[in-house]
Amino acid sequence: MSFTVSRRGLLRCGTAALGSTMLTGCDQLFSGAAVRPLLDFGQLMSLRAQRLLLANQPLVREYALADISPGFPPNGTERPNGVAYFEFMLSQFERWKLTVDGMVRNKLSLSLDDIKKLPARTQITQHSCDEGWTAIGQWTGVPLANILAMAQLQPQARYIVFHCLDDMGDDDFYYESIDLFDAFHPQTILAYGMNGKALPVEHGAPLRLRVERQIGYKNAKYVTRIEAVDRLNMIGRGKGGFWEDRGYQWYAGL
Amino acid sequence: MALSDSSAARAPASGVEHARAARREIFYRHSIAVRLTHWSNVVCLTLLLMSGLQLFNFHPALYWGNYGYRGAPSVFSISAMRDPETREPAGITRIGDYSFDTTGFLGVHFDAEGLAHGGAFPRWAILGADLAVTRDWHFLMAWLLVINGAVYLLYGAVSGHFRRDLAPATRELRARHILHDIWNHIRLRRPRGEAAKRYNVLQKLSYLIVIFLLLPAIVLSGLTMSPAVTAAAPFLFDLFGGRQSARTVHFIVANFLVLFVMVHVVQVLLFGAFNLMRSMITGRYAIAPEKVS
Repeated sequence: MSFTVSRRGLLRCGTAALGSTMLTGCDQLFSGAAVRPLLDFGQLMSLRAQRLLLANQPLVREYALADISPGFPPNGTERPNGVAYFEFMLSQFERWKLTVDGMVRNKLSLSLDDIKKLPARTQITQHSCDEGWTAIGQWTGVPLANILAMAQLQPQARYIVFHCLDDMGDDDFYYESIDLFDAFHPQTILAYGMNGKALPVEHGAPLRLRVERQIGYKNAKYVTRIEAVDRLNMIGRGKGGFWEDRGYQWYAGL
Repeated sequence: MALSDSSAARAPASGVEHARAARREIFYRHSIAVRLTHWSNVVCLTLLLMSGLQLFNFHPALYWGNYGYRGAPSVFSISAMRDPETREPAGITRIGDYSFDTTGFLGVHFDAEGLAHGGAFPRWAILGADLAVTRDWHFLMAWLLVINGAVYLLYGAVSGHFRRDLAPATRELRARHILHDIWNHIRLRRPRGEAAKRYNVLQKLSYLIVIFLLLPAIVLSGLTMSPAVTAAAPFLFDLFGGRQSARTVHFIVANFLVLFVMVHVVQVLLFGAFNLMRSMITGRYAIAPEKVS
């Protein structure tokens, strides 16, 4: 009897997913290497079409305080393992630092206080998981564009990679990446506050990414290092993110 | 355009065949554009449904409004549990306040060896081993549906297909005519002669509802689930009453489409499967003569 909950589903969205992951013959036909180019073509069409729609960088709808959902399921990791994160927690993240490096002229090392002193943005937005659920929360943080302006990107930088503190097992740390189109969007922020309070541990304390035009897993939690790069194939398994390395779409605007 | 039966024209061989051929008229019923878009639709709607059922399996509940998540009040859910008394697995489908035991089909189903599996929709109905590949298929087929639909709409408007074949005449919309048509359907009476060259009014109305209401609704409600599309077109939220409402509408409209296809296929089986299949493949449809008696 397969009433187990798949580890993958649990990890990414914190809710129960499917039972058995046994492949049937049909599944192999539909997920085999032969159809991969076709599926990749579909992804490319969605990326191109949505970028065309978003060419003038509209903002996602923002909601009022009264619209905040009473609950907000945490995506993925709810508390990173390991002594290092535990010590950060004990110190109220006083000893925690955000590193900004890679293809930048000024490498940065910022404490949480440094970040909180920068001009902040607060937004109440929807968060949608690829499993199909939606919650609404208020996020306070510093626009990523401001951090990147301080660090001064080198002209060849094309992607921003977010390295996280949560070890997903076997020293595979969570990471995510976005391109500059999303990185410089005004609602793309590094949030340290949620619903008027400090960002809770289960939502990625002390700092998480909000990339509002993409879905759940792109919004990396426990961000500790931001790296500007010109290509993604040198990081992790080369697909631009922890879930992307496991077959998920790099562009997740749908 | 009516064609004379080619077998009759070329070889009036035996007397019996000649008589048969003379009584039968072959009518060119479906244009190549209609046939191609019809079969493309069969492929993409089938794969959209199967991948869509699998997507639902990853979060088997529906909500109304802007938000909805595990723990928030839902309007519909399919879940697997154990019967408190027998400890046997049970599938429960809930609509509003009403719960139904759907063990064997929804919530819990059994494989060939009789083993129970949890999951809203059974494995034989779904496509996609994991969420990533299921999403890939659903979106690829959505592209095909939209492109196919655009080609069809353009063709229908330019060629006069909509005006000529689908728009009901005023006299067809009279209650008496509609009731008569319903009565014909109930009696399973096959159309003959001139009447068989046109869609009847129930056909016209159901095709119009599918083409101009259900398919646009399922595309738009699907797009409302995209955070990128709704950034560019926030009015979609207002159209459906929120992202989770759009997801619920998407599911309901999918059910209506399944219902339409089921009725459509049953009709094909009842009203001459061979002839109707041939007309959708080659375009040619044989018409029974009007009763003379």
